[in-house]
Amino acid sequence: MSFEPKIVGFLCNWCSYTGADLAGVSRIKSAPNVRIIRTMCSGRVDPTFILKAFQLGADGVVVMGCHLGDCHYQEGNYKTIRRIPFLKRLIRDFGIDPRRLRLEWVSASEGDRFAHVVNTFTEEIRALGPLELYIHAGRKDGQKAGVAEVK
Amino acid sequence: MVTINIDGQRIEVIEETTILKAAEKAGIWIPTMCHNDYLEPYGVCRLCSVEVVRGKRSRIVTACNYPVRAGITVNTDSDRVKWIRRIIMELMLSRWPNVKVVREMAEKLGVERPRFLSVECDESENACILCGMCVNICNDVVKAGVLGFANTGIKREVVLPFNDRTDRCIVCGACAQLCPTGHITMVAEDYKGKIPEFTLGPKTPITLPSLQAVPRVPVIDPHSCIHFKTGGCEVCSTVCEPNAINYEMKDEIQEISVGQILVATGFDIFDASKMAQYGYGALDNVYSSLEFEHILNSTGPTGGKVLLKDGKIPRSVGIIHCIGSRDINHHPYCSRVCCMYALKFAHLVHDRTDAAIYQFYIDMRAFGKGYEEFYTRLLDEGITMIRGKAAEVVEGVWSDNGEKTLLVRCEDTLIGKFREIPVDMVVLCNAIEPRHDSDTVKRLFTLSKSPDGFFLERHPKLDPTSTTTEGIYIAGCAQGPKDIPDTVAQASSAAARMLSLISKGEVEIDPVRAMVQEEFCSGCRICNNLCPYSAIEFIEEKKISHVNEALCKGCGTCVAACPSSAMTGQGFTDAQILAELDGLLI
Repeated sequence: MSFEPKIVGFLCNWCSYTGADLAGVSRIKSAPNVRIIRTMCSGRVDPTFILKAFQLGADGVVVMGCHLGDCHYQEGNYKTIRRIPFLKRLIRDFGIDPRRLRLEWVSASEGDRFAHVVNTFTEEIRALGPLELYIHAGRKDGQKAGVAEVK
Repeated sequence: MVTINIDGQRIEVIEETTILKAAEKAGIWIPTMCHNDYLEPYGVCRLCSVEVVRGKRSRIVTACNYPVRAGITVNTDSDRVKWIRRIIMELMLSRWPNVKVVREMAEKLGVERPRFLSVECDESENACILCGMCVNICNDVVKAGVLGFANTGIKREVVLPFNDRTDRCIVCGACAQLCPTGHITMVAEDYKGKIPEFTLGPKTPITLPSLQAVPRVPVIDPHSCIHFKTGGCEVCSTVCEPNAINYEMKDEIQEISVGQILVATGFDIFDASKMAQYGYGALDNVYSSLEFEHILNSTGPTGGKVLLKDGKIPRSVGIIHCIGSRDINHHPYCSRVCCMYALKFAHLVHDRTDAAIYQFYIDMRAFGKGYEEFYTRLLDEGITMIRGKAAEVVEGVWSDNGEKTLLVRCEDTLIGKFREIPVDMVVLCNAIEPRHDSDTVKRLFTLSKSPDGFFLERHPKLDPTSTTTEGIYIAGCAQGPKDIPDTVAQASSAAARMLSLISKGEVEIDPVRAMVQEEFCSGCRICNNLCPYSAIEFIEEKKISHVNEALCKGCGTCVAACPSSAMTGQGFTDAQILAELDGLLI
């Protein structure tokens, strides 16, 4: 059986989540690999969540927010744009390829762009292969990973 | 007040009134050729000469600049006065024998043929008669100071500085307006080097924006008003009896506190010159829909008549649908209103002219109440409907009389043939598009846009008037192309929504808010500066931060940043999101 990546998507409520919704109602086909978590703002995405997602077995994480200047909360996405590059350096130290974390801007009207981001990211992760991280060994038999519990 | 006697009539006038004005009040005509109410009396034509008798003395004066005195007697019709006027008229007629105003005045004064021979005789019909009105209005009223007299005696003439074009001339047209002979004319030089027969803009700088304007008050266009160019003129304020004209008025920015806002910023129309194949802006008699609406208007430049640029009635009119809409190169959406107003245009043209009318359409969308019935009525009126979008509009000639016309090239998909149809006038149905500055409005209210560029409603079916920003509503073409009934319905709905909140007196807010768990807060104050709404305040006594729930919008930026996890976002707590992750990744 071919490798199906598990990807977690953190989508802001006002732009990207609505954009994903638009992709859905417009019947635009996109890869089913991205599992979406809605947050009110991309600024709400705590770096802990991303690390936790990798720890729990996600092969990639994508954070989507409003285009710069369009934030519903004025400047939440500017906080995100500062956090993510920082986090990329951090996950590299954990042995995770920084390409597995991506930040994208998708507005409420960009259903097609949402599908495009999801598809290209899925393909990229598929090419990178499954994330081999020793700390999540043991997840498959239902046990909590116990090596380096984050938080 | 003083009492004077004019030709046996006793009349009372205000002191310093001129004899000319006093005579006008008494209903006595005094001939004049250089007088204008807005100019200082100049007294150059001498035709208004009258005889003033004061006591035993009598003398000849010019009525236009002689102020009345108590007890004077004025004779405007005595033999002496008549003799003087006739001499003046003979002199004028000998010099300018073919000027219409001079001949008419001579006829009125009983002069048939001059006895003199002028050495400077100008036989043209529009010769300058040196009345000086142009020079005076340019210098005293307009204050541009361009026109002036040169030379003296019989060599006197009106000239521009150095007899050349000058930048000081503001092209206001006041001189040409006053010139009694047509010696001064305005020449319009537009970018094509053609002289337009009528313009679509306002006719005067001070005008009502439209006849239906609310409030019904004229406004001054500072770009064309003489006063704003030279500081002079002010003719409108001298004639305005209630003294209502204020040149000092300026646009001002007022700050008004409101609780709710309805965004109804409307639309722009698609610039048809982007589609060069239709010749808009390059060919004559190709109009956009709004321009044609203006032509059809009974208060428009042609008084509602359907006329070509040269003033002729068109033999045929072509109406082309979907200019810029339903077009992948421009706007993929349908503008919704064009089919119906195109039918209305056809109906009105049919009503006012005998022109053959052609509609070039992709699909007829007569979707509203009574619309389909109107469409079938138009078919009965004999409008030619051609299914197929016109390919281009080019210049052509009528085969019968060789006159210039336009040719619409199109494919008639109903008969499966290419056709070339001669039309004298083309009306383009421009697409409705978002306002050019809608991005600024969008950012101001943190709205979203749908892919077509119009503002996005909260829900397309269940909430078409409110937006994702609390207290901001949208209506009309700002939200998407729609006709008047739909706009009224949407705007009424938005107004009702707003009123319901006003009558309720209180606002329900989303329960998604940040909260500080006081026992964990270390008082590091990282969150205080992060909050875009300044909703987090620091309590000095307790040394902890506190969220003002009325200001907080619940974005959660502070929650993500809190190093001690003391900040939680209700509905989106760390535990909830981690549980979601857990569930997603099993």
